[in-house]
Amino acid sequence: MSLLLETLRAQIRALESGVAPPRVLPLGVPALDAWLPGGGLTLAALHQVEGARDEWDDALAAGFCLALTAPLVAILDRPLLWVARQADLHGAGLAAMGLDPGRLILVQADGDREVLWAMEEGLRWRALAGVVGEVAELARTAGRRLQLAAEAHGVTVFLLRRRRAPLRRPEPPSVALTRWRVAPAPSGAAPLAALPGRPRWRVELLRCRGAAPGNFLMEWDDASGRFALAAALRDRSLGPRPAQTIGSDGRRAG
Amino acid sequence: MHDAGGRLLLAALDRAASAAGLGPGMALADGRALVPGLQTAQLDPLEDARALARLAEWCGRYTPWTAIDPASGGLGAGAGLLLDVTGCAHLFGGEAALAADLAARLARLGFAARLALADTVGAAWGLARFACDGSVPWRVVPPGAARAALAPLPPAALRLPAAGGELLARLGLRSVGALYDLPPATLAPRFGPELAQRLRQALGLAPEVLSPLMAVPPHIARRVFAEAVMTREPIAHGLEKLAGELCRCLESEDLGARRLELTVYRVDGSLRRLALGTSRPSRDPDHLARLFAGSLEDIDPGFGIEVMTLAAPVTEPLSALQMVLEPEAPGRVGAQGLAGLVDRLGARFGLGRVFRHLPVESHLPERASGRAPALDAAGQPAWRRGRPRPLRLFAHPEAIEAVALLPDHPPARFRWRRVQHQVVRAEGPERIAPEWWRDDPGQAEARDYFRVEDAAGRRYWLYRTGGRWFLHGLFA
Repeated sequence: MSLLLETLRAQIRALESGVAPPRVLPLGVPALDAWLPGGGLTLAALHQVEGARDEWDDALAAGFCLALTAPLVAILDRPLLWVARQADLHGAGLAAMGLDPGRLILVQADGDREVLWAMEEGLRWRALAGVVGEVAELARTAGRRLQLAAEAHGVTVFLLRRRRAPLRRPEPPSVALTRWRVAPAPSGAAPLAALPGRPRWRVELLRCRGAAPGNFLMEWDDASGRFALAAALRDRSLGPRPAQTIGSDGRRAG
Repeated sequence: MHDAGGRLLLAALDRAASAAGLGPGMALADGRALVPGLQTAQLDPLEDARALARLAEWCGRYTPWTAIDPASGGLGAGAGLLLDVTGCAHLFGGEAALAADLAARLARLGFAARLALADTVGAAWGLARFACDGSVPWRVVPPGAARAALAPLPPAALRLPAAGGELLARLGLRSVGALYDLPPATLAPRFGPELAQRLRQALGLAPEVLSPLMAVPPHIARRVFAEAVMTREPIAHGLEKLAGELCRCLESEDLGARRLELTVYRVDGSLRRLALGTSRPSRDPDHLARLFAGSLEDIDPGFGIEVMTLAAPVTEPLSALQMVLEPEAPGRVGAQGLAGLVDRLGARFGLGRVFRHLPVESHLPERASGRAPALDAAGQPAWRRGRPRPLRLFAHPEAIEAVALLPDHPPARFRWRRVQHQVVRAEGPERIAPEWWRDDPGQAEARDYFRVEDAAGRRYWLYRTGGRWFLHGLFA
């Protein structure tokens, strides 16, 4: 609740001072917010989320994507558009994550092209908290289009990469502002050691304009429908990448 | 010709064959004797009926009130269409111009048609069949003149069954005019109620209801192009005009369109109909026109489009207040903006594929999440929580090989998609019984569900039924 209040206060301040509303959304995970430029997820931009293993981590990536959008939906009080080829997102599963399935408008499209069309259409009408699209592949021009549309219309876009088979040729560098790779992590503490606890994700920030890549261990609290604060920490065991990589990455994003 | 008990008979003839002395019902052999070079084709009643229905639909370019004549009895020669052009004739330059236009077009399409336009269905029916011939393909009887125009025609022009006509002929009543002189009260007792009724209908003394081929939408806008159009631009322009006209029509009744039908009539007599729905009633011309924008490309103008109609067959009340709230583009915000988006998506993918999750009272996980219209956010029943449910649920559970150490225990390891997974933590079983009140043979046995976590931390939803294991979903 404090997060919501904070953001609302910031919005009111911005409105009173006549300045545009904040363009950054704190995710409620101190370690991560401190790492990201501006103190949170940049709004009105393209973000890319992918699973570590194709065909296995579909649910992990979707879960993390929902986790990123949850504060956005709560603050903007608008629905989220979710465009996918397969309509296998389970309503009861969303409810079990502590999210409101009613805030999700789902669109079943026939293929990548149609998904991208629906996403762009969703951006044009400023009635949404954000737009999520599941695509198998993203051409550079298509990504660029989405990024420009997101900026022009002020809506945040999440691209969920979902493949049925491993990619044959190397993927072109992404145009997304941030790129996250989600891997599983043994779940958090449970009343009984034999039971699965709160879901945890080992999230790798592969690329972020204005910040270094990093690794984070995140825990989701099903009861409150947000990141669990206590367990959120930077995964130091993996460590940050060498500085050279960051530099080259940053230039490429330019 | 058609096959009647082994004999080939002539069923219908064109004008030249009739002139040569042939008639329906004549044996093919006799016909061949009279006209050695007679060309014949097999009678196909079904195809005839289809062609007639297509023609009736095509006539929708003039008026939505088109019907296949029920009194013409049978197909082939004598099949008829009824058009109610009340209030439509001025669009085509008057009744005479409309009739001439229709006759010319039918001739160009290869139909030998006779048509008449009169005050009543009965009068037009009789005049078309008995007062027109090859030299005069159409007649228009001005209002009030039907009585005089019908007088010289034989009584059969009153749509009588063959037996009734013969009786009249035997009594010397050889024209409709002769019936006018008889006291009306004696007609029914002497010749049966049908004759009296038909006479009264023809003269407009008794009402006759025309049952149209297709439900006539009360809200329809029609645009007749002066010249057949073939390019996208005039079509799009015409659509905008139609949308504007339709919306004015809806506005006068405080209605909004929920369903729209765009019909284009091509020069060659074919037509194309596009239908789509809106997520909530709307009468914003720009919005309605935009909904069709994507599908206009699919319209093949063929040799040109002559007439376009835009109808709203399904409408719902929409007060003026709701319209005012809609902000101007760009930057549509709020529920109206959302409605616009949902309509656009629905027009492309179908409204059934733009949805929200709806909780359904069912224990079976595949039934527990239904689809609700995307805009029905309010009044959603609450979701059941507190039980593990996967974020992604497979439409078809995948068979796995699993090893459990004890019966009723979760599996110790399982093999899914050719990879072995070691179960580290597990929760369950949660027994989900089949819904016996549904007649579903595939779910005769109860399922025992387990939420399991493997060494890497991935969480799966497995179930066992009848000794076999399946993977039904993945947790976030």
